[in-house]
Amino acid sequence: MTFLLRRAAFYLVTLWAAITANFLLPRLLPGDPVQAMITKLGGRLNSDAMASLYVLFGLDKNKSIWEQYVDYWAALVQGDLGLSFTFFPTPVADVLSQSMPWTLGLVGVTTVIAFLLGTLLGVYAGWKRGSWMDNLIPITTFLSSIPYFWLGLIAISVFSVTWPLFPASGGYAPGLVPEFSGEFIGSVLEHAVLPGVTIVVSSVAGWILGMRNMMVTVTAEDYVLVARAKGLTQKRIMFAYAARNAVLPSISGFALSLGFIVGGALLVEMVFSYPGLGYVLFQGIGAKDYPLMQGVFLVITLAVLVANLLADIGYLLLDPRTRREG
Amino acid sequence: MSPVLEIRDLSVDYGNLRAVHNVSLTLNAGEVLGLAGESGSGKSTLAYAATRLLQAPGRVPSGEVLFKGQDLLSLTDKQLQVLRWNEIAIVFQGAMNALNPVISVGTQIDDVLRTHRPQMKRPQRTARGRELLSLVGIPTDRLSSYPHQLSGGMRQRVMIAMALALEPEIVIMDEPTTALDVVVQRQILGQMMRLRETLGFSVVFITHDISLLVEFSDRIAIMYGGRVVEEAPASEIYRAAKHPYSQGLLGSFPALRGPRRELKGIPGSPPDLRSMPSGCPFHPRCPSAMDVCGERMPSLESVEESRRVACWLEDVRV
Repeated sequence: MTFLLRRAAFYLVTLWAAITANFLLPRLLPGDPVQAMITKLGGRLNSDAMASLYVLFGLDKNKSIWEQYVDYWAALVQGDLGLSFTFFPTPVADVLSQSMPWTLGLVGVTTVIAFLLGTLLGVYAGWKRGSWMDNLIPITTFLSSIPYFWLGLIAISVFSVTWPLFPASGGYAPGLVPEFSGEFIGSVLEHAVLPGVTIVVSSVAGWILGMRNMMVTVTAEDYVLVARAKGLTQKRIMFAYAARNAVLPSISGFALSLGFIVGGALLVEMVFSYPGLGYVLFQGIGAKDYPLMQGVFLVITLAVLVANLLADIGYLLLDPRTRREG
Repeated sequence: MSPVLEIRDLSVDYGNLRAVHNVSLTLNAGEVLGLAGESGSGKSTLAYAATRLLQAPGRVPSGEVLFKGQDLLSLTDKQLQVLRWNEIAIVFQGAMNALNPVISVGTQIDDVLRTHRPQMKRPQRTARGRELLSLVGIPTDRLSSYPHQLSGGMRQRVMIAMALALEPEIVIMDEPTTALDVVVQRQILGQMMRLRETLGFSVVFITHDISLLVEFSDRIAIMYGGRVVEEAPASEIYRAAKHPYSQGLLGSFPALRGPRRELKGIPGSPPDLRSMPSGCPFHPRCPSAMDVCGERMPSLESVEESRRVACWLEDVRV
């Protein structure tokens, strides 16, 4: 329990540091968002409008940086992340909450699928080392070494241009209204096939390789030999004695990859114009939309922290050696 | 004395290298057979080959291992799985890595019962687990402990408790106390021997520490370069070892009783499998080597009623 409390304290400090960095970074960059907006609108703003924009974005020139920091926290606690320029005047929080489910649904689910599939294949490949399964590894490694955007473009050109089996872009068919209906869900799934499959194809190799090699290492351990001598069934030895121990390093890798779902979604969502956080970030960067970028960065930071917390808890559950006595 | 395990002409290869050459050994009921030799002498390989635990690239090109008349080497995997631990249990170096670090010792004992005694209910299995722990002198609440929470000696005792879970006919102990200090070593081996008297199993005791074998085993087979070079009752070996290698091994450990004597090691190092010396593999290190030793391998012959030696010194033909 003290272990958990100490971890929690660690996470709070990290969170504070991350948020503070998030506050400082845009203010350290040359130029400021209001200037960018003024340029964008082509100087059709009077000085009053400019001043109120500064206030609106929390960049009030008359306030000290400390006051701005306090205001920033006050706003953050209320869930107010400012207004987006790109989708002006939609609040950043709304933009994020609309795009987040898409990213979590697509990249999150496929990351989990890739991990489970790759780890399971790795367990078998490592257990039956030297069998035909080993030939799978060069193939999957080759697929994962293709740059993602290239893989995505090939997938589009083959499966939606040459053979129009799946839609090439978007999260659902244009003209449909997001609602809980069979037609809409079907459309969402159909649109998720190409980006989803390409994500799995490009990331599964790492899991297979990592798990296979750990399996080979663990299979040589004495306790696996003991398990065989005990006359346990092959299945029991493979999963309870070998895979159980071999999966531990993969767990931390998996947690990290969960943390990078949001950041990693950028390429996928660009290639497939998928309405998730990555695509929003892409648009935000193009438009120098500081509040939006800040919001996305905050989400990425939180995601990494939460993923790390999950990894910690997972380790506690799976590896008794990490538990504190008492 | 009736034999429970008979190894006949067993050879083991790693790739094209022969690690064990035509070894024949017999374990009698209720007996402790000691298997001694330096690292790389093939003693563990022999034990793993005989119990079919040898991993690739190890394989057994020839030989038989008879347990109660059936050849272990020709059993199907299913038959073998049933026989394992029920009849032949192995005590590994539990102090090292023989217990799975992420599973509680209770579960690791329970695994054996659940696989081999499917009719036992959970409370019965837990009760059996407690019983086994108290048999080896460990508090029964340690059932839920993980290996890293136990001392080296306790882990070794858990290993022994686990080996006795199904009351096997044969217990093979592979360097069971090598990682432990001398005091704990003796406690554990003494306890093992008392348990053997009450439960009546036979033991194959593998170690490089011949002084332990002299104390705890009935008969000793000494291996060198993958061959048995001398086999005799423990007292005979201790009193008058015939093979120069056996003499060397005995000379490299302090005597337990009797007058003080100077400790002598054996010069040189164990032979490399890839470049075995011609003739008797021990001749480059042997203080009494003769011309014939470098030319031909002496065979293992009975020189006394209960003693077999493979040495030209003992051969009447030379």
